[in-house]
Amino acid sequence: MAHQAQNDHSLQHDADNITNPEHAEHHIVSPFQYTLVFGSLLLGTLLTVLAADQNFGIFNPIIALGIASTKAVIVILFFMHVKYQTNLIKMTVGAGFFTFLVLITMTLSDYISRAWGLW
Amino acid sequence: MDSAIETTHSEHDAQEHAHVFVPQHRHHFETEEQQREAGSFGMWLFLLTEIMFFGGMFFAYLLFRNWYYEAFVAASNTLNIGMGAANTAILITSGFFMALGVWAAEVRKKNLLVLFLVLTTVFGCAFLGVKYFEYKEKFELHHVPGASFDVSQFVNPPIDAKTGKPVGNPVPADQLQHTQLFFFLYFAMTGMHALHMIIGIGILAWLLVRAQRGEFTAGYVAPIENFGLYWHFVDIVWLFLFPLLYLINRHPLAH
Repeated sequence: MAHQAQNDHSLQHDADNITNPEHAEHHIVSPFQYTLVFGSLLLGTLLTVLAADQNFGIFNPIIALGIASTKAVIVILFFMHVKYQTNLIKMTVGAGFFTFLVLITMTLSDYISRAWGLW
Repeated sequence: MDSAIETTHSEHDAQEHAHVFVPQHRHHFETEEQQREAGSFGMWLFLLTEIMFFGGMFFAYLLFRNWYYEAFVAASNTLNIGMGAANTAILITSGFFMALGVWAAEVRKKNLLVLFLVLTTVFGCAFLGVKYFEYKEKFELHHVPGASFDVSQFVNPPIDAKTGKPVGNPVPADQLQHTQLFFFLYFAMTGMHALHMIIGIGILAWLLVRAQRGEFTAGYVAPIENFGLYWHFVDIVWLFLFPLLYLINRHPLAH
């Protein structure tokens, strides 16, 4: 029993990060990759300005937000290194945006349903 | 008892690490990677609170734009797309140099790190400079919410010199005052964004001094990396502000 406890203890203190890897290998993103990201962000900006000039009806805001979200994901993955982080960090980032969406959805469903049938 | 602990402790030291103090590996962390990840984790938790903070204003914009659509369309179309687009490019460039700064710190090139931090600051200031001219125009047109707010432009839209037609439809009388709501949100959102940039530029100045001393190019990259996360987050907020405030109302739906 005591032996077992000691084993658990050494598992938790896995200084070499081998038995139960909990932090990522350190990864350095190269300037070349950053330049590609930079180029794609500038391209996205150009696209969104050009798209705003065209009349797509109800799709104008959807296209604009789609481009903005794509750019944001690129920034998060590469400039903010989330692609190279551990699952802990990835889950944290994902959980944050998910919680935000839940708040938006619930608040919107309140406002939408207040005047239900009265319009 | 004391001596027993003392013995174990010094054996432990001898086996695992000599006690040399390095800021990237403080004694309560087992490895440098663990300390680094703990730092990133904390920074991301802070950024999540920032998402919620800006998120409230984005939600207000979403709701009021639906309620007072004509007023929001007319008010939004007075913004200067050229300046907004230029500022987007300027901010992306600033973020690009910030990312390169993180790289320079990782590969321990001190002069490059200082250069990239300076460029990040310069483009950050350029963004605020453009913003100043945009705000100035709002004051001149009396588009700042408050006692001197003037709706006349939305009662009689000015004639476009090129087409000879009014630039937009008059806003219905019951919605005229709601153009003020658009500008209130415009100033609240871009103003909070600008405040974040001003704070960021202040921190950049402090990081520059320390980078010049070589504090971040001997393995201790965390302050540069975590500030980078903050700076990129502020970029992302603008990536959404630009289309939502400036772009999506160019082709209004008939209501």
